[in-house]
Amino acid sequence: MLDYASLKVIWWLLVGVLLVGFAIMDGHDMGVGTLLPFVGKDDTERRVVINTVGPHWDGNQVWFITGGGAIFAAWPLVYATAFSGFYWAMLLVLWALFFRPVGFDYRSKIDNPTWRSVWDWGLFVGGTVPPLIFGVAFGNLLQGVPFHFDNNLLSTYDGSFWGLLNPFALLCGVVSSAMISFHGGVYLAHRTEGDIQQRAQAWVRVTGLIWLLGFTLAGIWLARGIDGYVISSAVQPDALPDPLAKTVSRAAGAWLGNYQRWPLTMLLPASGYLGCVAAMLLLRSGRSFAAFWASALGLAGVIGTAGVSMFPFIMPSSTHPASSLTVWDSVSSQLTLGLMLVVTLLFMPLIILYTRWAYRVMAGKVTAAYVRENNHTAY
Amino acid sequence: MLDNVVDLSRLQFAVTALYHFLFVPLTIGMVWMLVIMEAVWVMTGKQVYQDMTRFWGKLFGINFALGVTTGITMEFQFGTNWAYYSHYVGDIFGAPLAIEGLMAFFLESTMIGLFFFGWNRLSRKQHLLVTILMAIGTNLSALWILIANGWMQNPVGAEFSYQTMRMEMTDFAALLFNPDAQAKFVHTVSAGYVTGAMFVLSISSWYLLRGRNVEFARKSFRIAAAFGFASICSVIVLGDESGYTVGEAQQTKLAAIEAMWHTEPAPASFNLLAWPNETRMENDWQVSIPWVMGLIGTRSVSKQIPGIHEIMAQNRLRIQSGMLAVQALEAVRRNGKDSAALKVLEAHKQDLGFGLLLKKYTTDVATATPQMIDAAARDTIPRVAPMFWSFRLMVGMGMAMLLLFGWSFWASLKGDFQHRPRLLKLALCCLPLPWLSCELGWVVAEYGRQPWTIYGVLPTRLSVSTLSVESLYGSLAGFVGFYTVLLVVEMMLMMRFARQGPGSLGTGRYDNETAH
Repeated sequence: MLDYASLKVIWWLLVGVLLVGFAIMDGHDMGVGTLLPFVGKDDTERRVVINTVGPHWDGNQVWFITGGGAIFAAWPLVYATAFSGFYWAMLLVLWALFFRPVGFDYRSKIDNPTWRSVWDWGLFVGGTVPPLIFGVAFGNLLQGVPFHFDNNLLSTYDGSFWGLLNPFALLCGVVSSAMISFHGGVYLAHRTEGDIQQRAQAWVRVTGLIWLLGFTLAGIWLARGIDGYVISSAVQPDALPDPLAKTVSRAAGAWLGNYQRWPLTMLLPASGYLGCVAAMLLLRSGRSFAAFWASALGLAGVIGTAGVSMFPFIMPSSTHPASSLTVWDSVSSQLTLGLMLVVTLLFMPLIILYTRWAYRVMAGKVTAAYVRENNHTAY
Repeated sequence: MLDNVVDLSRLQFAVTALYHFLFVPLTIGMVWMLVIMEAVWVMTGKQVYQDMTRFWGKLFGINFALGVTTGITMEFQFGTNWAYYSHYVGDIFGAPLAIEGLMAFFLESTMIGLFFFGWNRLSRKQHLLVTILMAIGTNLSALWILIANGWMQNPVGAEFSYQTMRMEMTDFAALLFNPDAQAKFVHTVSAGYVTGAMFVLSISSWYLLRGRNVEFARKSFRIAAAFGFASICSVIVLGDESGYTVGEAQQTKLAAIEAMWHTEPAPASFNLLAWPNETRMENDWQVSIPWVMGLIGTRSVSKQIPGIHEIMAQNRLRIQSGMLAVQALEAVRRNGKDSAALKVLEAHKQDLGFGLLLKKYTTDVATATPQMIDAAARDTIPRVAPMFWSFRLMVGMGMAMLLLFGWSFWASLKGDFQHRPRLLKLALCCLPLPWLSCELGWVVAEYGRQPWTIYGVLPTRLSVSTLSVESLYGSLAGFVGFYTVLLVVEMMLMMRFARQGPGSLGTGRYDNETAH
């Protein structure tokens, strides 16, 4: 069996993989939701847009649910502290997500313009709010979150909901929203043709620029204006997890330390740029499938950048730095981590395989003719 | 008005879980009916069976959407509202939830897309395979959720660690093959099968009463009657098995269900009806059948079943032992090298949870008075009357459904059921029964676990997040508001499509093609 320290790092990577998987898979559905009211001008066009993700959004959403489950199983303290601390933000995400299953399934079941328009906005909210809030959450993680533990590891959040909406966090929210809309736009361009495709491409250009600018601005801000965190006591990676056993200090520029220590990690922010630019260029030359995967690379790059900047921190505490949660001290037991690793390695390839099959079965452009022919079964 | 975080969190969980469980049983059961209908189509090639799969599938989809919507809430709530619980048992409880996602929910959710959209793109056999995989995924989901839940009822394969201040997994196989989880799984999924069967049976009966889509409705009725009869038999047999495992792991719950205040000489008698009085801790009156309880609860005539007063007396001792464990734990948390305290903790660790019950009355458990200990011992007994009546209502409805499905199955063997309006009307009237009994079953299982979230390990009142009462009122209002609107919308769509019937498929073969 792997030693405890390696398992802790492997699970940090795996949670990262799940987050990236979520961004790529559920991300393109959510992006499609954001673009829905703008790209589809009439009911048929909107049905075309919705049906590009119709057979897949449900499976894709499981990336999110499994991501949550994996954090619960691997990092129970992070799950407990983040979900209860960000109480209202999490509820907003949850309530926004409510609109998706019902929106997709119920929208076209009744032929009434008001009914359909309400669900269209529901799908917009369900696609737009979660990525926005996740971006804001990452922005807050990078600045540290006001929480602390008592001696029995009961967590208390000392901040307010409004405190989460600070300028840097909002900038991160914008970057996240832009990325996800961009990704949804690229996917739409791949699965549609004609007017819808052109509108999607126009949105990709706009959101791509916001992505590149926002990411750059956030990087500069992080380097110049935001203090990072460092573990100031000796680190024992294989010790039993106890978040109160260390001391932590804040230091200017600390979030850039890992890039100096391991220069190869510079590839991550580089992929953030490269993926976005490549996706725009590939889309322009009509290679929409490759563009989708370039965009996915970009998402992985940006999420990886945030992750590596903070490593080994997951959730630093701004008010009681010693309570900060790190890769070393917020994890489950060695047995649970080992077991969950085996399960993940067994099932992840299988999931990817049948997801690929599902996409192949439903491959091809979705058109107005398709929607008309399948009037009773299509969304 | 509830004024504390614990009660409000419990209320919120109960509301959201009971609501979620309106949709889950139908999903679990309907999916197998779809498999049966589609398999008949593939084997016989008769068009009506494909239409049946598609039409009932449409209603299944409307229900499934809300199952997914309300299911996400359940996952969120452990973290948002039960943060200390999540930390304290996440090492064990999180694993089955994550495995559920990886092994079951991905499969179910990917296949459901192909089920609805793949009719023209897959061969018949491929599509049937998709439906079967969707059914397997759905049922595996229930398995993993109930493994997680079974552990809350009977926490096996885990041990408390004072260094990490939580329960840690020691034996995954024990968690997996937990008898409580297995019994619960089979009982719950077969209750789901009954729900699916009742849904199809009732609506088909309605078509038959109106003389609409007769061939379609007759075939649906037959499948539902056979499937429902088999399922209700297994619910009852497996429910009895589940009662037996409850007796093994949770004597308190069993005693409360039976309103057994005192240990009787074996074999105990069964209280058919009683009027439990919580303040006197006696039954005001009761109608008992000798021997029966002993047989159900212990499968023997010689083993005793402890009564509530005796369980309380035992628990009082465990609370006293737990006091020592809590004090020792506090000493060890202050100084990890305190070997004397460590020894005490080791000796009394199995009663730590009972010591934690005193936290309701005093922050410093060492100073607990005998009155506090008495009160805490009283707390270990859930209120008897709700348990007693929920259980009896559930069983009564089960018996009613046994009669209905028995009659339906018999009539469908004879083939004359469409000329039996009384049977058809009864089937229509029984539509709400599976839902009511499922909800009551949930109440028996989960309310009966109080005052624990993890039976004997973690008291409910220590499991909550540090939140404000205002936040909880706000979120509760949000859930109630959202859920009410969603339920109205769902019922409206269900009724609309059920009323229109298979004509909603637009095939040109049925009544009401244009009503859409």
